[in-house]
Amino acid sequence: MKKEGKKVQISERRRFFTNIAQSTGLGIMGGLLWAGYAEKAKSSPLTLRPPAALEEKDFLRTCIKCGLCAEACVNRPSNIDKESGKPRPGTLKMAKAQDDVAIGTPFFVPVEVPCYMCDDIPCVPVCPTGALDESSVTNKEGELDFKMMDMGIAVVDPNSCIAFWGIQCDACYRACPLLDEAIKLEYGRNERTGKHAFLIPVIEMNICTGCGLCEKACVTEKPAIFIQPREIALGKPGSHYVKGWDQKDQERVAERVGTDVTTHGKRSEKEAADYLNEGVDFE
Amino acid sequence: MSNYKYLILRRISQITLLVLYFGGNAYGWKMLTGTISSSSVLGAMPLSDPFAVLQMLAAGAALSFDVILGAIIIALFYGIIGGRAFCSWVCPVNMVTDAANWLRRKLYIDKIERKIWVTRNLRYYMIVIALIVSFLTGMAAFEVISPITILNRGVIFGFGAGAGLLVAIFFFDLFVLKNGWCGHICPLGGVHSIIGKYNLFRVKHNSDNCTLCMKCKDVCPEVQVLNMIGKRSESVLMQECTNCGRCVDVCDDDALGFNIRNYIKK
Repeated sequence: MKKEGKKVQISERRRFFTNIAQSTGLGIMGGLLWAGYAEKAKSSPLTLRPPAALEEKDFLRTCIKCGLCAEACVNRPSNIDKESGKPRPGTLKMAKAQDDVAIGTPFFVPVEVPCYMCDDIPCVPVCPTGALDESSVTNKEGELDFKMMDMGIAVVDPNSCIAFWGIQCDACYRACPLLDEAIKLEYGRNERTGKHAFLIPVIEMNICTGCGLCEKACVTEKPAIFIQPREIALGKPGSHYVKGWDQKDQERVAERVGTDVTTHGKRSEKEAADYLNEGVDFE
Repeated sequence: MSNYKYLILRRISQITLLVLYFGGNAYGWKMLTGTISSSSVLGAMPLSDPFAVLQMLAAGAALSFDVILGAIIIALFYGIIGGRAFCSWVCPVNMVTDAANWLRRKLYIDKIERKIWVTRNLRYYMIVIALIVSFLTGMAAFEVISPITILNRGVIFGFGAGAGLLVAIFFFDLFVLKNGWCGHICPLGGVHSIIGKYNLFRVKHNSDNCTLCMKCKDVCPEVQVLNMIGKRSESVLMQECTNCGRCVDVCDDDALGFNIRNYIKK
């Protein structure tokens, strides 16, 4: 009797659960590999996105990788070479697998082709998903405004910028489409020679759009002025530092009315005048 | 030559679309701009890949009106008319896997190889996994690895290292698994199978004319859908049929042909 019992009965239920377990196991293994790759395939934090792009996390969610922005960029009328009638290389590139940018998403490399800040911003309205957000470059009058673009910010390396050496160079200043607004020249006296001036480029961080024309124009072997995403290049002082000399910044203090900024501790239970006068006989 | 009628029409369809896409970027043609993920016809009508839109939703994107409309247009077109025709008439990877399959027949690999069995339902699991991974990583997961968009973008914007994936799929289909990519793995094919489940255009079999030569089963990329050959006169109703018409092409006995599915008479 026992010999017959050795033959295992495979019930339909056992078969069902085993199948489920097998599929689940395969699914989890595949899913983990896939998720790991997708996570790695996200972009380098140094990636520069087209104008009006959403914040990177939302951009990756929303971009459908259709390339309409890149096509609008390369085929814009101002990009057609008048002599040959053919378009020059466009600013926006669609990422390939080797680019260290999420595959198929648009980006640009200013030192190759910078953004020319077209006043009709052809790359933005064509976006079907809103990954390039038209409202972020639309001014109060409802017009597209290239001054509102924000792709990054120019950063100057004072060690390799020859203007800091005292050599007169204003290539970036002149290349800037927001001339004398986004890059200003700061004059200084060259103590070394005693008779020359420093003309030092200074970036206005609220105006610079990160178009990269300065990086393209820079004369040094590797550009001494270059575009970085704002999150990478900029610090953050914190809201409790207020510019006392700036009226607009001062208004932030007024906004804080009602919030208690005093530190409460053992020593602040009484007014200073009270504890200083404690035990003093005024008679 | 009639043996290649639908094959030639399909290649014309696939290549024409690629040429239009290419011209949209290279010469600024307005007919069809964008890529296979999302396009614009004459700068007016949006078209979007429903699966990409679904993944974006899973990833947590706020969907715009345009992509939703584009996905609905595509879903309605294939749902009513095309069936799974995207896979055989539009998708550029179909040309890669068809080439692998053709070579596979020429080299008699079917007859020699050690068979690996993989369920053809894998593609439906892939859909679910793609949506879960999209949710977890916050980006459309299949779009990161999709050879379809890699090939399509490669033609339009130039190829990169992603082209290696296409070579891999070619050799996988050739030496490892017959119809491996299109017939087993590709989740986009799964999505289009589901979308096209109730469409009107179907291949119809007339078993009275059938001489059981089985040429149709030799060429069919989804051979399970031809289960009625020589047995019953009926339409090919399984959703995995890609409406490629290859079986109609190779049939010398007029036993297969395109027909409009009859929903009224039962």
